Amino acid sequence: MLDGIWIGLSTAFSFSNLLMVIGGCLIGTFIGMLPGLGPMSIIAIMIPVAISIGDPSAALILLAGVYYGAIFGGSTSSILINAPGVASTVATSFDGYPLARQGKAGKALTVAAIASFAGGSIGAILLMIFAPALASVALLFHSAEYFALMVVGLSAIAAFAGSGQVAKALLMTLVGLMMATVGEGALFNQPRFTMGILDLQSGFGFITLAMAMFALPEALFLVLDPSRSNSGGNGGDIKDLRITKEEAKKITPVIGRQSIQGFLIGVLPGAGATIASFLGYAVERNIAPKEEQAEFGKGSVKGLAAPESANNAACTGSFVPLLTLGIPGSGTTAILLGALIALNVSPGPRLMVDQPEIFWSVIISMYVGNVILLILNLPLIPYIAKVLAVPRNYLIPFILFFTLMGAYIGQNNATELLMLVGFGVCATLLRFANYPLAPLLIGFILGSMLEDNFSRSMQLYDGIGFILERPMTMGLLALAVILVVLPTIRARRVRKQELQAAESD
Amino acid sequence: MCQVSVFSRKSWATNAAPVKWEDKMSFIRARRLVAAAAMAAATFSLPAASIAEPVVESIHFLIPGGAGGGWDGTARGTGEALTKSGLVGNASYENMSGGGGGKAIGYLIENAASQHGTLMVNSTPIVIRSLTGVFPHNFRDLTLVSGTIGDYAAIVVGKDSPINSMSDLLAAYKADKRGTAIGGGSVPGGMDHLVAAMVMEAAGEDATAVKYIPYDAGGKAMAALLSGEISALSTGFSEAIDLANAGEVKIIGVTADERVAAYKDAPTMKEQGIDTTFVNWRGFFAAPGLPEEQLTAYQEAIAKMYATPEWEEVRARNGWVNIHNSGEDFQAFLEGQEKAIGDLMKKLGFL
Repeated sequence: MLDGIWIGLSTAFSFSNLLMVIGGCLIGTFIGMLPGLGPMSIIAIMIPVAISIGDPSAALILLAGVYYGAIFGGSTSSILINAPGVASTVATSFDGYPLARQGKAGKALTVAAIASFAGGSIGAILLMIFAPALASVALLFHSAEYFALMVVGLSAIAAFAGSGQVAKALLMTLVGLMMATVGEGALFNQPRFTMGILDLQSGFGFITLAMAMFALPEALFLVLDPSRSNSGGNGGDIKDLRITKEEAKKITPVIGRQSIQGFLIGVLPGAGATIASFLGYAVERNIAPKEEQAEFGKGSVKGLAAPESANNAACTGSFVPLLTLGIPGSGTTAILLGALIALNVSPGPRLMVDQPEIFWSVIISMYVGNVILLILNLPLIPYIAKVLAVPRNYLIPFILFFTLMGAYIGQNNATELLMLVGFGVCATLLRFANYPLAPLLIGFILGSMLEDNFSRSMQLYDGIGFILERPMTMGLLALAVILVVLPTIRARRVRKQELQAAESD
Repeated sequence: MCQVSVFSRKSWATNAAPVKWEDKMSFIRARRLVAAAAMAAATFSLPAASIAEPVVESIHFLIPGGAGGGWDGTARGTGEALTKSGLVGNASYENMSGGGGGKAIGYLIENAASQHGTLMVNSTPIVIRSLTGVFPHNFRDLTLVSGTIGDYAAIVVGKDSPINSMSDLLAAYKADKRGTAIGGGSVPGGMDHLVAAMVMEAAGEDATAVKYIPYDAGGKAMAALLSGEISALSTGFSEAIDLANAGEVKIIGVTADERVAAYKDAPTMKEQGIDTTFVNWRGFFAAPGLPEEQLTAYQEAIAKMYATPEWEEVRARNGWVNIHNSGEDFQAFLEGQEKAIGDLMKKLGFL
């Protein structure tokens, strides 16, 4: 193994390969900021370039750089303009955008960069040590467990179910789940709820909905309420970059926990970075002390650090099934698998034995990609954050353009724009009525996976019996209940204690 | 989660040359491509210009399934042979999975005007889908370019499975009908399901009682097979060979008349007493309303491809069978298959 690591290191640190990583990171970061282009699309764009290089190690190093750059770029648009371009950065915008609104855009970007870096690095180390062992653990998960895992992920909506909001949050989640059923599911031979409209055949687009729920209402609110834009106007200060000692102390354990948890979730083929980020957010919120819990969703650094470290660690984790079993665990790794095959590398149990230099250079290059990204991006953050200092009569058209473009390039279909505007108007009205919009998006994202895995389990076990027959499913479902109920009980007890204290006075 | 990747209609390299059907390209895409091309040019030296005089400047392959699947292998293999032999200047690929392939068909029809440079790979499922009538389109709504190859179907089990032959699988099925599920990458009533049902029917079982579990992408079905969630997987033979060569599965039955040279170890269904054969054709379709001269160019490139050593290498590697049907022949072939499969599906109770 040490031999392999050495080969990987010497490959990754050659001058040309370092240039590849730097180039890849820059390309990834800048293209990744466009909401319509997530890591998957950018890697797909770069594959012809990578293949023309010919050397598989160099090509993979380039793609790893692009990959990390794109993830970071995606977080940037979530934080600055509330426009999450990929599902895995939706949770980033929950607290990242409020922070930016409070004039702490620089700080939010720094926290995101550091959390991503830590998540990716810890993930890479875990991958190095545990990859072969974890491959077999990943196979313990059946459809039933995936279903239960999605239920745990749904508990993230608790963060938006503040006092008096529980019914509203649940209602929005239900709407999201219902919207996920539109179109052709994998398990049915019938298109559902498309009302005969061909554009609905493949369901609602994620980006269209994300832009309609988050970015568009924000832009409209900026127009309707001029006072809101001023607070964001001074967000470009360089001194805001600094994280206070107190904040560092707060986020360190969060990053540590979520890097490990995110990595483990990423290892499961079929779960991936999105689930990891929602779970990370939900878990951290629920175990946070009462007063910090209230901050979640309103600009908590913990709430930003959790999904950022989790989704990066999960991305690294998804390389475990790819490199050891040849099973792509996520859309992005599926594209990478295609690239590997085109480069005449066939991932699978034999890769580590037959071509150790490739196996290790992938892992080392992921680490190098991470380090380079941090070095490149930290100095850039003040300039990126300045976007918000742009006067609002320029900023609003810019956001609108970004949003519409994101929805269009995803599908190359103009009907998406009509849907975007329609849903955007609905979302704005809902926001006036104080309905939280994040649960809708969470429900929508998790909905199809929830349904597919649920109906597969129902078929395999001839009914709902799988919950009783599979202890791990039961355990995960119990965990979901605990995650939702425990904070409520704890809050009630605190309230009771306060009441008693008041009475004894 | 599995969001569709949509990237440049053509690879960045093709964009350097003016392409006539590119005028509809939005400035957004232009900006993106220019950015990508500029960065690419800054970092890498460009590959050498194309060889000889290509028949077609460039082809963008639209693949209605995920990377690593049978459609994917067909498109990339064909693209490889076409570009390496110099018949086509450049090939780019786009995976668009969803709805058992329906998403890509819909996409091609909806965006027909801007998709003249695109060839979509498809196969038997397009016939099945039009039969069940769930999809508003059928192959008649597309421009038929060429049927190119065939691929047998196969039933595989995990490498550590106690099942080693079809009779083992049938015995396991008879012993525990509830616990012996067969998975596949198509929707219920789709091709993988149809093959599983056909085999079970030919083996004397009630095909409608077989538990078939659908998975959206090939990777997830493989994970389910290795984890023991399903007992066997119904899949394409060329995919099965890849998996068997990677040491992950055993092929327990192939729906060919006799053993296939590409993987001699795989027994046929017939030699195991299950009298059934099945060939899944694969071919290429273009957007409706494709100009005649472009269609002819595509068909010519594909027809010339068969004689090249590059194609022979790809074909042999994948164990494909050449079945070349161009234009009207393709139409007749598809109509014939539509009837044959329709009869079978009625018998099996899917229609």
